[in-house]
Amino acid sequence: MLLTLSWLVPLAGALALLVIGNADGRRDAVIRWLSLVVTVATFAVTLAIWAGFDSSSPDFQFVERVPWIPAFGIDYSVGVDGVSLLLVVLTAFLSPIALLSSWGSIERHVKEFSIFMLALEAAMIGVFISLDLFLFYVFWDAMLVPMYFLIGIWGYDQRVYAAIKFMLYTMAGSVLMLVAILGLAWLHNDATGAYSFDLLRLYDLEIAPATQMWFFLAFTLAFAIKVPLFPFHTWLPDAHVQAPTAGSVILAGVLLKMGTYGLLRFSFPLFPAAAAYFAPTLALLAVIGIIYGALVAMVQPDMKKLVAYSSVSHLGFVVLGICAMNSQGIQGAIYQMLAHGVSTGGLFLLVGMLADRRHTRLISEFGGLKAVVPRLTAVFMIITLASIGLPGLNGFVGEFLIMLGAFRWDPRFVVFAGVGVILSAVYMLWMFQRVYYGEVTHEENATLPDLLPREWAAAVPLCAMAVVMGIFPALFLRPMESSVEALMTRVQARQNLRVENGVGSHFSGTAAKMTPDPIFERSER
Amino acid sequence: MSEFTAVVPMLCVTLAALAVMGAEAFRTKGEDLPIGGLGIVGLVGAAAAAVLLWDRSAASFGVIVADNFGLFVTLVLVVVGLLTIMFSSPVVRRDGLPAGDYYALILFSITGMIMMATANDLLVVFIALEILSIAVYVLTGIRRDDARATEAAFKYFLLGAFSSAFFLYGIAFTYGLSGSTRLNRIGAYLAAQALSDNPLILVGLGFLLVGFAFKISAVPFHMWTPDAYEGAPAIVTGFMSTGVKAAAFAAFARVFLSAFEPFSGEWAPMVWLLAAATMILGTVVGVAQSNLKRMLAYSSIAHGGYLLVGLVAANDVGKAAILFYLAAYAVTNLAAFAVIALLGARDAANDELRDYAGLWHARPALAALMTVCLLSLGGLPPTAGFIGKWYILSAAVSAGYYGLAIIGVLTSVISVFFYLRVVVMMYMADRPAALASAPTAGVGMAALVASIVVIVVLGVLPTPLLNLAVASIATIF
Repeated sequence: MLLTLSWLVPLAGALALLVIGNADGRRDAVIRWLSLVVTVATFAVTLAIWAGFDSSSPDFQFVERVPWIPAFGIDYSVGVDGVSLLLVVLTAFLSPIALLSSWGSIERHVKEFSIFMLALEAAMIGVFISLDLFLFYVFWDAMLVPMYFLIGIWGYDQRVYAAIKFMLYTMAGSVLMLVAILGLAWLHNDATGAYSFDLLRLYDLEIAPATQMWFFLAFTLAFAIKVPLFPFHTWLPDAHVQAPTAGSVILAGVLLKMGTYGLLRFSFPLFPAAAAYFAPTLALLAVIGIIYGALVAMVQPDMKKLVAYSSVSHLGFVVLGICAMNSQGIQGAIYQMLAHGVSTGGLFLLVGMLADRRHTRLISEFGGLKAVVPRLTAVFMIITLASIGLPGLNGFVGEFLIMLGAFRWDPRFVVFAGVGVILSAVYMLWMFQRVYYGEVTHEENATLPDLLPREWAAAVPLCAMAVVMGIFPALFLRPMESSVEALMTRVQARQNLRVENGVGSHFSGTAAKMTPDPIFERSER
Repeated sequence: MSEFTAVVPMLCVTLAALAVMGAEAFRTKGEDLPIGGLGIVGLVGAAAAAVLLWDRSAASFGVIVADNFGLFVTLVLVVVGLLTIMFSSPVVRRDGLPAGDYYALILFSITGMIMMATANDLLVVFIALEILSIAVYVLTGIRRDDARATEAAFKYFLLGAFSSAFFLYGIAFTYGLSGSTRLNRIGAYLAAQALSDNPLILVGLGFLLVGFAFKISAVPFHMWTPDAYEGAPAIVTGFMSTGVKAAAFAAFARVFLSAFEPFSGEWAPMVWLLAAATMILGTVVGVAQSNLKRMLAYSSIAHGGYLLVGLVAANDVGKAAILFYLAAYAVTNLAAFAVIALLGARDAANDELRDYAGLWHARPALAALMTVCLLSLGGLPPTAGFIGKWYILSAAVSAGYYGLAIIGVLTSVISVFFYLRVVVMMYMADRPAALASAPTAGVGMAALVASIVVIVVLGVLPTPLLNLAVASIATIF
């Protein structure tokens, strides 16, 4: 019941707002508070789920299963395990912060804005808790609509272009996944005589390797666009930059994680043989993304664009960890998803605050802000360092674990990933230096107000979370441990080729053997 | 009496049409009679009769069979009729259309459609086709003062007559070979000939295929569609694009999946090509349109392509999917055209894309309803259109037509692009709409809200209708 509540509460909130009359924005304040209360209540629900979660069990918990379209074996079936639990909590954690961030900047159509935000939250939580592929797809696609409106109506100058690009890119990837989902259900029908979209049953399906390849590609394309993995990232800078602050926070904080979550939940365990085959290629793309994202971020004149490209870089780490398919790699990947949600969500929030004050996001328009807004500077510093991955803050744990995992798999990738870490320090600190240090170069900046109480309320939880995640990683790693073990065992047990290899070489060793990557092959010679 | 049971739904609608004509004849000039109400009574009667006939497989005169398949389509047609009449009432008054003629023609064409969906004889299919077509030709040009409408009606009439000739020729060949026009006898004959390669069978098959392809506006037989749809009054376009299509598809499926089933190896590749070409051309050309009605005309061509996918799949999933898709598409498309119709004015159609700029600010409710329709047409959850598309794709995948499924999903992404253009106009363009002054119509608005509720409910809880569709195909084929 709790899981259903976790997405029904925001949806009910959205429907309730629908009937509130708000001619000429008379009830804007009521609507703002109401939607904030709804998101906080949702967060409370997810905390209750976390509290009741049994970390020692690798199974899905809080499972609910109700037949939905029985003729096709489609159930309303939800549950969380260690992989999804914290992502649900993250979603509910970021939503009230995103709403708070909009209080200063969204002045027209507050009611519609709040409705779309709440509907978006419902769909996002639905994506993470679905255990039925049909249900998953419904949430996955339904989520596009509110995001499209959020970017398209409340975004910046190029908002319409960005909104359509976001929608079409994501849909183009996901419709092929729909065909693959149908194919899976049909294979299940072939094998057992009944259609099923149930993830747990489909996990046990034996799929011929050639078929796995196609289905893996269809699923992975959808997720790679969402992540976004290089070279499918071109929608991201547009969408992130043009979206209103709240939209950027949610996009960076939650939406991108759906791609990596999908890889972990669907692509790899459903099609292990294909995953083994393609893992080196994916990892290569991830590493290219890490370096490329960092280099492009470095030269951005626009702060929001800089943060957007830094996401490409950071999400590359997550994909690398997943490809390694060992416990450090996966745990690191999940941890990095959470950490990136907090720190990049925070960066977009803070950049949004600056943009609200000055109506520009160009780095060159700022400078010397440290003396003007010392509190904002301090908060920005914490989040910046968290994003860089300074030990003691959240970013460090994930990146460290990922590199550890990747090193056990194939050290060559780690070399490049390490360069990415250094580059991230370069572009973040350089941006920080240009914005906050030095003399105040623009007169308008001399009188900027420091953090308002409302902004404190949004920024403090993020900073606190960055510190807590950096100092007590076990708090967040413990719930995922047994699920990650189970996931790995599942993938490895169904590596058909593993047995042929004779030795108990782990998953990735096989993968590397199967497909020597042309580029690395050359470098070895 | 039992000889007549299967035609009761048709009779109800016909009687209503006659009553409408009678009322019109005795109407004094300027008197405002609730003529549309008569039609509603007749349609509700037809619906009741259809429900009572369910599961009985009644047959009349050997040529009309009220099996569940036919009754399902009958119910869809009744809904189309009811919605059309309700959407029409404000439009008829506003545009000064001749109410008696208008409603009588709508009802007569529905009679033809129901007959087409339940006909078990090729000649009766042809008669039904003519009944519905002639009524629709007139409806297309019912605004006699509008040059575009007249032109559209004329084009539609000429090409329609042309396609009827094809169809009739196909019937002639089939009759010449099998000695009958009854579908079951043709089926029995063809089953016996299944291994022969008599070219005349293929000639007859080809002519029938062309005749149907014209009516469902499958590419390359779609040429008349954009012009006719653009020229006709918006509400008539909505009626044509849903009712005619539903009836034609019902007959198409019945003829090809029962009588010509033994030759599916011959026609499936042809229909495959038609489906692919229809989906691709409908969406790609739709992108280039700046007139909303014309855009939706191409979109309805593309939707015909999706329905053809179900026909190609030709398995149980495909047959049920066609039925579900027809129902979902009928409500959605009709509602979309109703929004256009409600926003029109007597002297301005207001159907260019730019006319919708900023509609959200002027008419938030209509913009929201239109958005739901467009999302459903684009196949986004949680709407009826999504379930319909998913069902059709399931059929394609389960029959092994992955290529067609992939074409289907990719074209649906392209189609989302042009549906979104409308949404962009309504929500993201700043100029306040010129449509602000259009009056909010009571009955039309109520029917619109009801349609949207149906679209969303079918998107969230499709099971009852899915089960009904599955039950409908169990009795035939």
